[in-house]
Amino acid sequence: MTQNKTYIQSYITIQNNEIVLNGTSVFKIEPTDFGDFSKQAYRNFDIQYPKFFKMDALSKLAFLGSELLLSPITSAEQENNIALVLANKSSSLDTDVKYQESISDKENYYPSPAVFVYTLPNICLGEISIRHQLKSENSFFIFDAFNSEFLLNYSEVLLNTNKADSVLCGWVEFFKDDYKAFLCVISAEENTKYTNENINTLYNQ
Amino acid sequence: MTKEIYITQTNCITPLGFDVESNIEAILRGESGIQLHSALSLMPMPFYAAIINDEKINSAFEKISTEKKYSRLEKMMILALEPIIKNSGVELNSKTAFILSTTKGNVTALKNNSEESFNNAHLDVLAKNVSDFFGFKTQPIVVSNACVSGILAVSVAKRMIQSELYDTIFVVAGDEISEFVLSGFNAFQAMSDLPCKPYSKNRTGVSLGEATAAVLLSAEAKNAKIKVIGDSSINDANHISGPSRTGEGLFRSIQNALKEAQINSDKIHYISAHGTATPFNDEMEAIALNRLNLQNAPINSLKGFYGHTLGASGLLETVIAIESANQNILFESKGFDEIGVSEAINVIEKNLEKKIEYFLKTASGFGGCNTAVVFEKIKSNL
Repeated sequence: MTQNKTYIQSYITIQNNEIVLNGTSVFKIEPTDFGDFSKQAYRNFDIQYPKFFKMDALSKLAFLGSELLLSPITSAEQENNIALVLANKSSSLDTDVKYQESISDKENYYPSPAVFVYTLPNICLGEISIRHQLKSENSFFIFDAFNSEFLLNYSEVLLNTNKADSVLCGWVEFFKDDYKAFLCVISAEENTKYTNENINTLYNQ
Repeated sequence: MTKEIYITQTNCITPLGFDVESNIEAILRGESGIQLHSALSLMPMPFYAAIINDEKINSAFEKISTEKKYSRLEKMMILALEPIIKNSGVELNSKTAFILSTTKGNVTALKNNSEESFNNAHLDVLAKNVSDFFGFKTQPIVVSNACVSGILAVSVAKRMIQSELYDTIFVVAGDEISEFVLSGFNAFQAMSDLPCKPYSKNRTGVSLGEATAAVLLSAEAKNAKIKVIGDSSINDANHISGPSRTGEGLFRSIQNALKEAQINSDKIHYISAHGTATPFNDEMEAIALNRLNLQNAPINSLKGFYGHTLGASGLLETVIAIESANQNILFESKGFDEIGVSEAINVIEKNLEKKIEYFLKTASGFGGCNTAVVFEKIKSNL
């Protein structure tokens, strides 16, 4: 296979009540829970997408990160072949636990389809795809910790086989208000600002 | 040049049998794994599902290990992998990867409130337990992409070998019946009150099932059962809990997979489709296939035999389809009676001998995901 060099075009980190875009803090508030933090971030960036409030926390986290990375580079006039390759440790367990509670007590049994649908980690890929109209390659992986080697390798395979023009890849972890998102856009377009080798450094910033 | 990728070993653990041969025999006899169950620990009312007997799992597992620590699903996965790892003779070194596909893994562990049990509900822990049983040297890769997971895992393995990261990849896929999943599908009103009837006029929804399946992918043609020649996995970008009305994501997935395979749709002799028997899914598939001029290709859904086995389904159905191709038999689409989709498709009504050179496997799932993979029969097996 032809191995073209790929480059990180932009990246974003969301953790500890702060959003850092390409190394610059763009939103930070006093410590609060994720529900409040995500709502304030949504308002701060003047996002107009009421469906956001129906999402579970994992989808909100992935949505916010992708919103700031993809809105500047996607266009409604043409197709955007941007693949989505995300991973985490806790899958959809945050919502799984909530759903399990709704069926555990037979006296108080109320399984909800609106909750059940979010008991799959790849639902957040669907949410991002719908928002940015990405009819593109989608896959969700689980690892015990951030696995930059796999995510980069797999993204490069998609780029080198022309299955995608660019790839939004990264880590979206959420469990009981403990969260971290690190997403980056990778493509073959030359960009010397960041090198793929230091993706772990960017993740750990 | 891009490497050619083959599947060289297959196995499956299902209610119909604990190896491929017994599964094929049961299918040829028209036997279904779906039965009526009354189990209050799983559902408040009786339900149809394809469930594997616990004693069968335990007695089969005791033959390969005396270890007691494994969950039911882990045993099913180990049982699927064990013979193919042994038969392949592949050394589990840094060039041998392990991919595990599942939607809910050990979700049943959430019923127990202990910290240890909660830890076991993590998919990476499930993968590590299975990986350590065999002693894989590489970190397990878990694919969890709803109901396309099993076939997407094949696609991911193909891509990773083509990029020369690994020489061989063992893939296992599995999900089990749980109160968690049964109650969820029931809340969606997506459960059939009879054994499911894919593509039929009177279909009313899914029957759930459980199974594990395992395959070995390799760039080595020796002992190859089938060649993997094209794949794609495209999102509908339409809805998170229902398919696109136009089948857009499935249409594009098949189109891309055929393009990579460099064949036209008229070369497809058989389609092993998703066919969950929900009104919307089956209708969507018929629309997508017609848009691709695939309406005349013989098609079946194996859900009438196995129920919907979620993250296992794509891989299990691929294992069965490989036998279909190599034995030149089209298997009946169990549960089908009268066509019930708005655009014509060629549903296989009874077992039929037919030469199969190329076949297509498809799947679609929650989150708007779709996957299509094109397979080519090995010339010496023709």
